[in-house]
Amino acid sequence: MADPIPPVVAAAEAPETTETAVRTLGRDAWHDLIRKPTFIISGVLFLLFVTIAIAPSLFTSLSPTDCDLGLTRQGPSGAAWFGYDNNGCDVYTQTIYGARASIMVGVLTAIGVLIIGGITGTIAGFYGKTTDTVVSRLGDIFFGIPLLLGALIVLVSFPGDAETPELVTISKVVLALAALGWPQIMRIMRSSVLQVRSADYVQAARALGAGGTRMILKHVVPNAIAPVIVVATIAIGGYIAAEATLSFLGVGLQPPVVSWGLAISRAQDYVRTSPHMLLFPASALSLCVLAFIMLGDAIRDALDPKLR
Amino acid sequence: MGRYVARRLLQMIPVIIGTTLIIYTLVWFLPGDPFAGRCGARPCPPAYVAEMTDKYNLDDFWLIAYAKYLWSLLHGDFGETFQGLSVGEELLRAYPTTVKLALVAIAFEILIGIGAGILAGLRRGSFIDNLVLVSTLVVVSIPVFVIGSVLQLFLGMRWGIFPATVGGDASLYNLILPGFVLASLSLAYVARLTRTSLAENRRADYVRTAVAKGLPQRRVIGIHTMRNSLIPVITFIGADFGALLGGAIVTEGIFNVPGVGNLIFRSITTRDGVMVTGAVTVLVLVFLLVNLLVDLIYGWLDPRISHG
Repeated sequence: MADPIPPVVAAAEAPETTETAVRTLGRDAWHDLIRKPTFIISGVLFLLFVTIAIAPSLFTSLSPTDCDLGLTRQGPSGAAWFGYDNNGCDVYTQTIYGARASIMVGVLTAIGVLIIGGITGTIAGFYGKTTDTVVSRLGDIFFGIPLLLGALIVLVSFPGDAETPELVTISKVVLALAALGWPQIMRIMRSSVLQVRSADYVQAARALGAGGTRMILKHVVPNAIAPVIVVATIAIGGYIAAEATLSFLGVGLQPPVVSWGLAISRAQDYVRTSPHMLLFPASALSLCVLAFIMLGDAIRDALDPKLR
Repeated sequence: MGRYVARRLLQMIPVIIGTTLIIYTLVWFLPGDPFAGRCGARPCPPAYVAEMTDKYNLDDFWLIAYAKYLWSLLHGDFGETFQGLSVGEELLRAYPTTVKLALVAIAFEILIGIGAGILAGLRRGSFIDNLVLVSTLVVVSIPVFVIGSVLQLFLGMRWGIFPATVGGDASLYNLILPGFVLASLSLAYVARLTRTSLAENRRADYVRTAVAKGLPQRRVIGIHTMRNSLIPVITFIGADFGALLGGAIVTEGIFNVPGVGNLIFRSITTRDGVMVTGAVTVLVLVFLLVNLLVDLIYGWLDPRISHG
């Protein structure tokens, strides 16, 4: 009966209005999205790249190990539209098969930062006080280390060789990027949770006697996660580019793995004589990064009523 | 104001300790024998090993070794590398070059980024606006090392407009091309940020008032709109300075600029732990200080934000 009203109630006015709009916001956003050319283009590109990553053999009859040293660095021709690389491998096949590793790194890193950043951000925002301070300072520590530099040191600390299984090499890069990328998501999740926490429906749940875990899982997280997912989608593009950069520096993925970053870094030495080796994997990489950025941008615009 | 600065400075202490601890730990546990290959083809003489082990506290528990390192760091002593070079002196030699490079990059961000953003923001929906939007999106999606090597190939080698590499002579002219490459990503963000901010402010009440007062268009845009629109842009550019210092690793590698990025990369590959830790510590320190400075400038530009 004498349930004390939490002091945060006073700040509840603003978020309340967005809450009544949330139900229609999703449908509204979709309605907006399917009329947007950028969403259609990026959506089609996204589906295309995911299909390539899942089933590369649908797009090429060759295998990435079908190489003929006699064809080394031959330019594009009728037989091989994209030409051949330094080892005489078909650049088109390499590009198709490279999609899987690159996209896997991007998507898995995004999932990783969503898990670490999402959980820490929710805890910091929901419980506040000392917990918030500790988590926020911890985030600051990782935020101060530049992503590329930190990942470089982490990856040098755990070197691999040609014998290392493909999945281990990929997960090392993923872990290095996720270990340094999570504070960005944590900060957004935290501020998003702070907004939702004081909403009336959370107070109602509290008044009905819901525990902390139930409130977080049933009420806070579902309403606070949207902006975080949008940022993570955009970040996938950045992580794919970061993988390429790390491979370019020679510490990312290692040769038995086929990836765009590796192909670009190998092409670097021959860019003057055989630019096609650089052009095709770099274009595929850029197109993929572009697709993720545009997709995230379109969703954010649709979810943000201010920009209507 | 003074209390705010003091509080922020105090908050930096745990962040710096945390960052140095992480880097030191990673470097400490780098796999491999620290003496491998130090003394030519033969194993190092025991006297040398004993001296070096003592000098770098290699026999201590890593946390104790870290505490000793931090203690000498507090006295301004960055230590010596295995070759006996003073880390402090090496950093003093490398940092000015990187700072110069970052300043060139920021000049490009201001000139081209803000310029393109203003052109686009003043005429929303026009050809120029769309051109800026599309070209920034393209620039964002191409990895920096691809932009770097392509520009180096064409502007540097084929057409010889700019020097292709910098080498020992880091004059302003030599740094133009690397500076532009370093700036490319942020440049696109600055253009988009300026555009959005300008377009938003053009609908603001005080702009309508200025127009209603009968002020000439030039004054309305140049004085009233611009001053307020540039606040978030300046904040971004300021915060970007720290990121540019850390992000220069790829650009410096491509153009052979003798800066911090190059130094760190070389030290990581030769497992020169003291150098890596020292360089990253300074990097993080600069990053934190610049961010503090930006926050102070922000409060000064926009009186609504007070640090009381």
